Formats: sequence, C-alpha cells, structure tokens
Amino acid sequence: MDAVTLPETATRPLRAALVGNPNCGKTSLFNQLTGSRQKVANYAGVTVERKEGYLTTPNGRAIRLLDLPGAYSLSATSPDEDVTRDVCMGHHPVEKQPDLIICVVSASNLRLHLRFLLELMQLGRPMIVVLNMMDEAARLGLTIDVPGLAAALGLPIIPAISLRKSGIANLLNALDQPEFLPPPALKTDLDVHGEVGKLITRFTNEGTLRGDRMADRLDRWFLHPVWGPIILLVVLFFMFQTVFAWAQPIMDALEAGIASLGQIVVSPLPPGLLRSLLADGVIAGAGTVIVFLPQILILFLWILTLEETGYLPRAAFLLDRIMALAGLSGRSFIPLLSSFACAIPGIMAARTIQNPRDRLVTILIAPLMTCSARLPVYTLLIAAFVPHRTVLGFLGLQGLALFGLYLVAIVSGIIAARLMTRGVASDEHPLMLELPPYRTPNLKSVALGLWQRAVMFLSRVGTIIVSLNVLLWALSSFPSPPANATGAAIDYSLAGHIGHFMLPIFAPLGFNWQICVSLIPGLAAREVAVSALATVYALGASDDNAANQLMPLLSAHWSMATAFALLAWYVYAPQCISTLAVMRRETRSLKVVLGAAAYLFGLAYAAAFLTYHVTRALTG
Amino acid sequence: MTLDTLPKGAHAVISQVVARMVDDPIATRLGELGFIPGAPVEIVATGPVGHDPIAVRLGSTCFALRRGEASRITLKHDL
Repeated sequence: MDAVTLPETATRPLRAALVGNPNCGKTSLFNQLTGSRQKVANYAGVTVERKEGYLTTPNGRAIRLLDLPGAYSLSATSPDEDVTRDVCMGHHPVEKQPDLIICVVSASNLRLHLRFLLELMQLGRPMIVVLNMMDEAARLGLTIDVPGLAAALGLPIIPAISLRKSGIANLLNALDQPEFLPPPALKTDLDVHGEVGKLITRFTNEGTLRGDRMADRLDRWFLHPVWGPIILLVVLFFMFQTVFAWAQPIMDALEAGIASLGQIVVSPLPPGLLRSLLADGVIAGAGTVIVFLPQILILFLWILTLEETGYLPRAAFLLDRIMALAGLSGRSFIPLLSSFACAIPGIMAARTIQNPRDRLVTILIAPLMTCSARLPVYTLLIAAFVPHRTVLGFLGLQGLALFGLYLVAIVSGIIAARLMTRGVASDEHPLMLELPPYRTPNLKSVALGLWQRAVMFLSRVGTIIVSLNVLLWALSSFPSPPANATGAAIDYSLAGHIGHFMLPIFAPLGFNWQICVSLIPGLAAREVAVSALATVYALGASDDNAANQLMPLLSAHWSMATAFALLAWYVYAPQCISTLAVMRRETRSLKVVLGAAAYLFGLAYAAAFLTYHVTRALTG
Repeated sequence: MTLDTLPKGAHAVISQVVARMVDDPIATRLGELGFIPGAPVEIVATGPVGHDPIAVRLGSTCFALRRGEASRITLKHDL
C-alpha cells in the first residue's frame, strides 16, 4: 500500500484513528489531544459510542481524530469490536478508512498489547505507535529499549504518559510529518505470540520482574470473598446515600428556584393562555429536565471515578454471579441500582457496560426498577387502602405492601432480562473481563466526562422533554371550560376527552374516568399523577396537601380492587416520557423505544387486570 | 487438570486451550488474551458466590473468567 502524503494545501483534514486495547489509556490520550473539541454520538443502529475530535498540529495541519472502541483483536466478538475492525479494514458502511492509525499500547502490559499491534500492522496501513503508561512501567521496574523496538517493528514509537500530557508534544510533532509510511510487511503465517515473546525478551527486562505488588495487595482486600463484598456494600451505600440524599436538597432548591423564576417571568403578563403556556408548559418543562441534573452528575462523578481507579471492574467481578441470574454480567448492577433513584441516570449509566447486548437489556429493564417518583403514588394508595396494623407482632402491613411492590418489580425485571437474553443468543455468554491496574483518577478526564454527560442530557434529552411537556400542557388546557362549568377544568380539555375515550380500554382494570384523565399529565412525571388526581376531583389543593386531602376521598370512592390495580399498573407502566426520551437518545433507535413501551404497557395491563380481578374475587 | 479446578493462590502453566466446537469464539478470544501453551497463570481470587468467577493473573494482566471459560484451559501436569 502507498504512503499517505498530504500536501499542505490539502483542503481535507487528515483522518486519524486511535486504536488500542481496552485499558491502554486511549481515551485520556484522546482527551489530551482534542480537549473540549469533541463530538460524542452513536454509530447508527448500535449502542456503540462514536467519539470524534479535532486538533491542529504545531505546523497547522488539521486532523480529525476518531477514538475507536477498545478492542483485543480484529476478530471481533462484540459490536464495539465490530466497529473497530470495520473502520480499520475500510469495511464500515459510513465511516471512511482512516489515513493514519495511531495505535496506543500500554508499556505496562506489552505482552497483550503488542499482539494486537502486530495484528494491526498486518493491515499494511500507515501507522504510528504511542507507547503509553510509561510511568506505570517505570513503577513496575520495567525498562524498554524504545529505539530498538521501533527499529525492529519499522514504526515510529512515541513514549507517553497520557494522564500527564507527557509525550503529547512529541506525538503532535510526529503528526506533522509530511508523509506516513505503512509498516514493513509481516509474514502472512506469522506466529504472533511467538513474535511478541521474542520482542519482549530482546527489548525489555520483563523476565526478571515480579508482578504489580500494589495491585496484588489491594486485590487481596477488594476481591476477598468476605471483605470484598463488605467493602463493595460500604462503597455502594455511600454512593446511593449521596445520589438520594445529597441530591435531594439541590433538587428541591432547583425546583423552588425555577418556580420563583417562573413567577418573576410571567408576573408582568396578564393571566391567560400565554402566561399559562410559559409557566406551566415551558418553564415547568425545563424544570423537570434540570431537576434530574444533580442526580445524574453525582452518580456519574462516582462512576467515572470508580471506573478510572479500576475498582468498577472489580465490583463487576464480585457481582457477576448475582447478575448472571438475570442473564447479565456484573457490569449491569450499578445502572440498575441507580434506576431505583431514577431510571434516567440509570439508563445513561448503562454506557459503562461494554457488551452492547447487555447494555440494551439493562436499558430495557431499568424502568422496572422502582424509581423514587413512584413513591408518592405508592404511599398515597397504600395509606388509603392498606390497613395500618402490624403482622407477626412487629411488621407493619403498609411497609410490607411497599416492600412487596419493590420485590415484584425486581423479580419481574430479572424474569424479563432472562427472557430477553435467552431469545437473543442461546450460546454461552462470556465474561472474560480484564481487571486493570489500580490508577489515580485524572481530574481532567472526570470533569470532561461529567461535562459531556450534562451537555448531552440537556441538549438532546432536554429538548424532547420540554416539547412533550408543552404538548401535555396543551392537551390539558384546551379547550378551556365553558363559563358556567362546574367540574374540573381538565375535564373539559382534550386530555379529559382522551381520558373518557380511554375508559373502555381501562374499565376492565377497574379504572374510572378520573384515573384515566390523571394518567395523561402523569406522563410528564409519575408523581404528577397525585396532583392531577386532586385536580380531577376538583380539590384545588396545592401539591403539599393534595395527598392528605385525597386519601379519605379515595378510600371512600374507590374499591380496594381499583386501588391495587392502579398500584400494579404503576409497577410496570411506561409512565414517564423522560425515560422513553433518554432511551431513544441512548439507543438511537425508535424501534427499541416503541418495543420497550409496548412490552411495559402489556405487562402493566396484564398485571393490573389480574390484580383487579383477583382482589375483587377475594374481597367479594 | 483444567484452570477452573486450580485452587486460589496456586500457580500453573497452561498446556492448551480446548475449543468446545468449531470456531469456538471463547477459545479464540482466550488465545488472543494470551492464554497460550506455556504461559504461567496464578489464581488471584475467586468470586464470593460459588467461587465463580475466578481472577487469573496472566503475566502482568489480571482477567476475571467464568468457570465455563476457565474449564477450556488445560494445565500441564508436571508442575
């Protein structure tokens, strides 16, 4: 293959791609090279992240740098690796073959990474090698004859410590060369492992070294069969304490702030449609978006830090057997646990699951984990319909009911995951997870990661949520009630009509028209259903005491079967459009979102139907 | 003897990786990860439930393998 020569007058930027094993420090190198000039998206049709950035070399050459997913080999075993293989070989349907491959190799793990480098060299494409993690190699006492290795491979090698910007200048200078040469051709029947062994013996002192003592010492605790899970429990406890408890005051403050902002903005306007649109549609919609941010940021601060330190793969190791019950791997645990706070950060956290099938299944069952927005509905209905008494001497019946709702949801999630994972692949589901060395997290990488998540959420998901909120506002406000109206305003609106229209569908579940109507604004956020019910029952109550006023009213008006059916409905129903919006964003597939909505709706309908009829049969 | 039966803390040398079927992707991947004849391995840890998965040190890298994966790796007898 020919060398790639780009005259300085070339208008097209050089296309370069970072390729390397997982845990080679590729992403921090990418961050150092491109800084905030990055675009993160998904490859069409697959839940694989596409990261591209721009940089300009000292001599002014423009480069489009693609950060390809980490891969162990070109014989791919996952959609992530498929993308890397297809792009490197020039077979990708959309992505063009890069002009230059920048192969990132960890100096501390040469045996594994050199093998992939040799495989890449066999492609015969122009290539530069970055020998990363030189500090870690030095800590292990490993010395590498870099010029010797470069000469033997016939490729330029740039030593670097990507976490500390070291070597970046040399890499930029290397990228200024007028031309890039492909490596000398390797024998086609090359014994790659044998060749790697020879290179390592010739150019390093690896044979005389003992392994990573620090990792051994830490693993003795973190992977211990007793201490390991205890340490993990403590970490998870603090993590979710912060996600639930620390986020709450910030969220309350944000909510209050947005409400008063709404007041300030709309107060000059005369009461009427425009004012209502701004206050109840746009600003309230933006509020529901921003309120999610503290939880998302706190959760991701933890996840990014734990990932960078190397603890997250260890947690996955400890939890693998438990998650295997659901046909998933240990990686799915944290996204699913986060979904108990809110499915939105949970679904976003599913990005850390490398295996795309596991990622998809995790996203699909995340809405079944009981999020905190369901609690107001649960507590209202339980307080109104479950007698306040103790069983077995110490267990509160109401608490038991709540626990039961959580348990049913978890068991359903496990069953759903099992069914989904069985349908896709009957063959063995591999783990083969690398436990990388422990590393100090890099502040810049963590900050950049947080920033990207926040921007992505606000710009992509936020716009969908705000538009849907405005739509729901319109449905609940138009047409306005006639002057002599006696019932609740919402009853005269389109939402009211839809609610009445829905009644025949939901009547078999024991739902009355008031429930049907309140389900529509409840789509904006589950907990809104409580205040919507108050509105429908014309209580005119504010959020704070809506539940207290509703309770006696509901226990008088609803049968127990209706209440329990509504609880069952809430366990499963795809009631929150924000969740569907973030699903759409993360999977890039409307089909997945519609499929998820359909399966959750089906489950909800079946569960509510069964609950209604069983309760009626039992209560007479 | 296969890798999944090796006790925690024990060292061994790989004899070979046995494919379960034609084009066994797991066996292929194990080879690519460096589980090749002659490579020394050590069991660093075993999972808290049913001793599954196992953490295997291979050179300077550590891998978590499920028992089914590790059972494809046979070890040399003469240790």
